[in-house]
Amino acid sequence: MNLTAEEQALRAGECGPAAQWAIEHQIKVGDYLGARDFVPVTQAHIMADTESLGEAGVKWLEGLARLPAHERRVRIPTITDPRGTDFAAAHRLKQQPWMLELERRAIAALEALGVLMTNTCINYQTIMAPLAGEHVAYGDTGVVIYCNSVCGARSNFEGGPSALAAALTARTPRYGYHLDERRRATLLIDVGFTPRELNEWGALGALVGRLAGDYWQVPALVGIERVPASDEIKHFGAALASYGSVALFHIAGMTPEARRLDDVLPAGANVPSHEIGAADVRAFAASYARAIDSVDVVVFSAPQLSLFEMAQVAALVEGRQARIPLLVVTSPQVKGDADRMGLTARIETAGGTVLAGMCFYQSYAREMAEANGWRRLATNSAKLVNIIGGYGYRPVLMSMPACIDAACNGGRIAP
Amino acid sequence: MSGETFFAVAGMGAKVRGVALVAKDGFSARYDLDRVRGVFSRADHKLAGESYVGRVLVLDAAKGGVATAWMLHEMRARGVIPAALVLNAVNPIMVQGAALADFTMLSGFDLDITQAIANSVMVEVDPTASRPFIRVL
Repeated sequence: MNLTAEEQALRAGECGPAAQWAIEHQIKVGDYLGARDFVPVTQAHIMADTESLGEAGVKWLEGLARLPAHERRVRIPTITDPRGTDFAAAHRLKQQPWMLELERRAIAALEALGVLMTNTCINYQTIMAPLAGEHVAYGDTGVVIYCNSVCGARSNFEGGPSALAAALTARTPRYGYHLDERRRATLLIDVGFTPRELNEWGALGALVGRLAGDYWQVPALVGIERVPASDEIKHFGAALASYGSVALFHIAGMTPEARRLDDVLPAGANVPSHEIGAADVRAFAASYARAIDSVDVVVFSAPQLSLFEMAQVAALVEGRQARIPLLVVTSPQVKGDADRMGLTARIETAGGTVLAGMCFYQSYAREMAEANGWRRLATNSAKLVNIIGGYGYRPVLMSMPACIDAACNGGRIAP
Repeated sequence: MSGETFFAVAGMGAKVRGVALVAKDGFSARYDLDRVRGVFSRADHKLAGESYVGRVLVLDAAKGGVATAWMLHEMRARGVIPAALVLNAVNPIMVQGAALADFTMLSGFDLDITQAIANSVMVEVDPTASRPFIRVL
């Protein structure tokens, strides 16, 4: 990679060992992926839950945190993805003291680096959405795909170490979705069905993700009949990123880089095309419901719920009582508003548990399953059903109202 | 077939040898693995139930989210880790995770590498060569 004088100084250790490690790491990554140089970034977003970090990762962060203050601080605004617990509710999830201790150590280390502990995967709805053309280093697939596609910002998937490296150097290798030529559509999806429920948007995202298949594919959708709401496109993008490892999509006439399809897919371009209809979406949901007539737990999470979703849950549980655990996971920012507006109280009066600053699958899901006897899980998140099977759960994808019905019927799923 | 060599577009990490574990399926440490037991745990993964410890994984594409960037480092610290990862298509997360963990990885072939390498054969993976390669021993 071509390095500026400043980057050479970072590499030589003139700004301390943290920045030196960071730029060496970035050069390794950039060389592998064909980056010619670096691009300055304005924000970083770090995924660093302790289930992923483990003891080794926390010790590694603590090593950076022990450096002198002037050598360890991040150089751009840097925020965090959800953590592995909500300390206020950990006992209700039967999380173990060692998990909480590891979380406390990770938080202390990240704070010592100057990281802002926002603990959210919906920063584009709650903290500060990036602008079109803004280069950022984001570290949650749902965040990246939303900000690339809906905001027109420019980021690759930046895992925790690389997002931290970007925070320490204020730059990232210029490859992938920082480049104009990578942002053009590589496949065309003709959608014959505009979803209504969030789980249907997620199912559509999952189907497109399966067709796309890998990180370097950029689907362009035609046929969506109305501009989706932020929560709808949030579920669509999160599932697309999860099933396909996809970081950018376009919807003709709706997303900013595809005001016309020609903008991202020149007329006559020869790319694979596919059709997806209502029957495909229904079949996808059905594939996760085979032979399950009841569930042990209902989870709304992945992504964290917006204020509007919190209001929807509160309205749906009004006057009812959950008879199995009903977990409603949101960001610390939304939680404050939900408390103030009485939404949290309405959900918890109905037997739900509102959790903040965590995400279900990032919170020792396997250990929670064993401690609580949870095996069968209902959710309206297609992303969660994709992930949670690996942790030993049998997930069912249903609408938010159907999930609430199941929670209030003792877990029984209406036929 | 013994001696067959397949060159990759890019490689990282040290030269290793091991028994290949091959499938036309994806890889994500979070989605697919029970990292405590060292087995593929995702029920619909083609390698479900198989141990990955010390094996050279030959798979199709990097999948899933960002967690693998930390998890390879964590797996290495406990010694419950594959010997190497060989993929048709990589994503940045695998590269970032391999860079942090000093893990051996190859990606990008001019054929489907999951069809070219037979399951359970002994292979050598050399990312340090001028043209990184995987060779059947």
